[in-house]
Amino acid sequence: MTSIGQRKWVRNVVFVGLCLVGLGAVAGSLLSRNRVHPPLAADATVPQTASFRATVAKIDGEFRDSWAKFAVEPAARAPDLTLARRLSLGLCGTVPSVEEIRALEAQSPDDRVQWYVSHLLEDRRSSDYLAERLARAYVGTEDGPFLVFRRRRFVTWLSDQLRENKPYDETVRALIADTGLWTSSPAVNFVTATLDSNEDNQPDAIRLAARTTRAFLGMRIDCLQCHDDKLGKFSFMDSAGHTRSGEQTDFHHLAAFYSEAKQSPTGIRDDLGRDYKYQFLHADEETVVQPDVPFLAELLAQEGARREQLARWVTHPRNEMFARATVNRVWAFMFGRPLVEPIDDISSTGPYPPALETLAEDFVQHGYDLRRLIRLIAATEVFQLDSRADFEITGKHEHRWAVFPLSRLRPEQVAGSMIQAASLSTIDADAHIAWQLMKFGQTNDFVSRYGDTGDDEFTDRGGTITQRLLMMNGNLVKERTDENIVINASTRIAALADDQSAIEVAYLALLTRRPTTTEQALFAETLAKNKSGNARTHALEDLYWVLLNTTEFSWNH
Amino acid sequence: MSNNFPFACNSTDHFSRRTLLKAAGASGLLWLTPIAQQLARANETEPSGKPARSVIVLWMQGGPSQLETFDPHPGSEAAYGSKAIQTAVPGIELGEGLEHLAELMPDVALVRSVVSKEGDHERATYNVKTGWRPDPTLIHPALGAVMCHELSDNVEIPRHISILAGQWAARGGYLGDQFDAFKIGDPQGPVPDVTPRVPQARFDERIQRLQALEDEFARGRLRNLDAGKTLHRTSINAATRMMSSAQLKAFDISLAPQAQREAYGDTPFGRGCLAALRLIEEDVRCVEVTLNGWDTHANNHELQLGNVKILDPAFAQLLRDLKARGLFDSTIVICAGEFGRTPKLNPLGGRDHWPHGFSMALAGGGLRRGVAIGETSPVLREGKPDVERDVQRPVAVEDVHATVLTALGINPLDEIMTPVGRPMAFSKGRVIEDLLG
Repeated sequence: MTSIGQRKWVRNVVFVGLCLVGLGAVAGSLLSRNRVHPPLAADATVPQTASFRATVAKIDGEFRDSWAKFAVEPAARAPDLTLARRLSLGLCGTVPSVEEIRALEAQSPDDRVQWYVSHLLEDRRSSDYLAERLARAYVGTEDGPFLVFRRRRFVTWLSDQLRENKPYDETVRALIADTGLWTSSPAVNFVTATLDSNEDNQPDAIRLAARTTRAFLGMRIDCLQCHDDKLGKFSFMDSAGHTRSGEQTDFHHLAAFYSEAKQSPTGIRDDLGRDYKYQFLHADEETVVQPDVPFLAELLAQEGARREQLARWVTHPRNEMFARATVNRVWAFMFGRPLVEPIDDISSTGPYPPALETLAEDFVQHGYDLRRLIRLIAATEVFQLDSRADFEITGKHEHRWAVFPLSRLRPEQVAGSMIQAASLSTIDADAHIAWQLMKFGQTNDFVSRYGDTGDDEFTDRGGTITQRLLMMNGNLVKERTDENIVINASTRIAALADDQSAIEVAYLALLTRRPTTTEQALFAETLAKNKSGNARTHALEDLYWVLLNTTEFSWNH
Repeated sequence: MSNNFPFACNSTDHFSRRTLLKAAGASGLLWLTPIAQQLARANETEPSGKPARSVIVLWMQGGPSQLETFDPHPGSEAAYGSKAIQTAVPGIELGEGLEHLAELMPDVALVRSVVSKEGDHERATYNVKTGWRPDPTLIHPALGAVMCHELSDNVEIPRHISILAGQWAARGGYLGDQFDAFKIGDPQGPVPDVTPRVPQARFDERIQRLQALEDEFARGRLRNLDAGKTLHRTSINAATRMMSSAQLKAFDISLAPQAQREAYGDTPFGRGCLAALRLIEEDVRCVEVTLNGWDTHANNHELQLGNVKILDPAFAQLLRDLKARGLFDSTIVICAGEFGRTPKLNPLGGRDHWPHGFSMALAGGGLRRGVAIGETSPVLREGKPDVERDVQRPVAVEDVHATVLTALGINPLDEIMTPVGRPMAFSKGRVIEDLLG
């Protein structure tokens, strides 16, 4: 046998093998329903407790009062599958798989939402995804200083914290105050991300102070860095309940908490007593600035390194800004829009929108439990409202949360959804490594072209021409819709199902809903005209393409 | 800890200065502030009378060495043997390898004294492309995005384009993602994603189907869902218009005569500059062309010269062609990187990052020609950099932005409301008087 003949033979075997794998996957995804495990964790029973129900009822009451006060009618409850889509996008960054939808629908209608939240929270995908979203607030999206900043390592550590459901205050204390190397103590990357090459590669106390207040306290006091507040934008309340406006010194007293942090061959350590110096506006020379906090000074304990003092003050149970900032951010992950906008500009003196104070109190009382917070938000009436109504919706309805707000999906959500939708079965930690790798690589390519929103991720924004071109004619879309039996669902569906189920599965995989009668008829007509193998595959490719290019696919609703 | 982080924000300090300025300008008083004087003079001396319309940014990613390009000091300590050449303007020298550009020096202005505080590639790139230092609370738009926002035209293809787009292509920032640069690679290849993956008839059918589904989604939602919020159909329409636009040919440099292509140099950057010219001919607002590889931490002289030889023919031919087509006065060409390089050579024969005095070249758009503004000291010194001592006539990055915006007829002090509810001027820089007209 010649070598060419041999190669051909090998190729044939590989091809047959791939086809078998593909068909196996189809059969697996369409027939087996056992891969989606029931939730295991003990906290799955949390939603049945009295305190949980009381908090949800209180929030529902607050929103009802608010709707009545501002005379807006709330929308009806959204269908279960729409809720599942929101949860999956918010917690895992993809749409649900057809496999998950089937498992969800097998649950009793009463506890589908909490069942699905449990399912997602126990999936490594959710801790990985939430860690990435949180990391943006902590260290931004910049690559940061070479070698001494390990973003990947940092995100993995965050993901582990979330997966083990470590109390959130503990995580934040580690971020602010941890010592050691960026590899073995991953939390210090919060500090090393700011190492400044102009200042001998030492941590930048000013950037750290700004990050700390924004990410953990939900306050933008960056402007105070250069001058006193003259616009009445920042006010702090003292222990006697009097408010005063922010001054330039407030910022630098805070920054002084980071003055001891020092980069050394053994990583980040604290040089106790190292001074912070700054030359204030209109001052002639630098002065030593002592560490101090702008409000709730009575909560500040003086012992330990300065960063430890700051960490304990930020996360003190009576420092309500910490809980408010966390609630606002988690709310934004789940709704695509924060309760208070901009996300890190929450007033320290109020007034506050419905839910914020109630959720913040519950968060503190229940040990800074992020999972409980996520479950609470998912259980509220306002999260479960539809984004459409049979009365006319105006901007006011969205503003008052009387309908679920529309928000554009982030690029990785679009890519993740597209790749997920082509697979039918869930691409999770149990999925084949080739799938996971492919998902990772293709997501990165796609995100860079679609346009990453960077740190500024909750700004209201519309679609772009580049995005539409990418979705209409791009590679990822083509690969997910064309005749590749191994990686795309349309040909797999074409191989097995009858017309009606084929259309239904496509709708479920891409839009997480069933087609309307009109839509079903529209596509059934085309399929009926194209019975033969190739024509039928083309018709299904077209169906996939059309659904991928809808507003409905690219937006959270 | 030094005072090294001046965020711009809406302080009353800034407001009062601005208000004063506006009042001064409006009433024609004699006690004009220096900036207002510059602005007023700029308006008087515009040569063609019309402001420029387009910008080409030749983006030198990595940070070119000022000493081996636009600010040479042959025979000095800092030169370490690097050579310079005479140009057509007596008294102005350029680094070795810039022979074509040297002939065109009467059309070019050099700023040899740009200073910034950003020594990290990503942050410095942001700084030079937007004219602002990175600010964690909002993302500033790049120059091209501001132009697209402020100037109007009837272009069917993207109006803001980044050729050989690197990691940090120009962005729309707070103006919105629709102002991001449209990214393409080497113009030798096709424009990404503009060709349907199926025959046209089938593509048209798909689009038709899509419209039917869009109506279903719009039911029961905001009345002006698309125009007021999602821009989804709006951008699909714009994208399909672009796919069938004759202007797409501007990207296809194979349509240019062989001799013209050769003149730019047979390199991706050369082809990028040719494509930029063709796009400007179609009235595109801003094109960015990247030449990477200036980050010479080792073997500086050889690597800089290699890049200079790619830059020189392309830059020069671009200027010649703009002039030949009558586009020189309406187009500003800016050649800049994110920072310069250290005067001192490191043990590997490399130069490291140096934001404390570096160079940019500007040409066209009615800007002054054949001048060199400022220079850096070629004396090697120990200790911290001292801009006041070592840079003659320092120019801040934002000053270049304010100047270019002014030449484009955009008032840098015009404010726009940002999504965070804070009004921002397009640039807080001072106009460089010597560059205008």
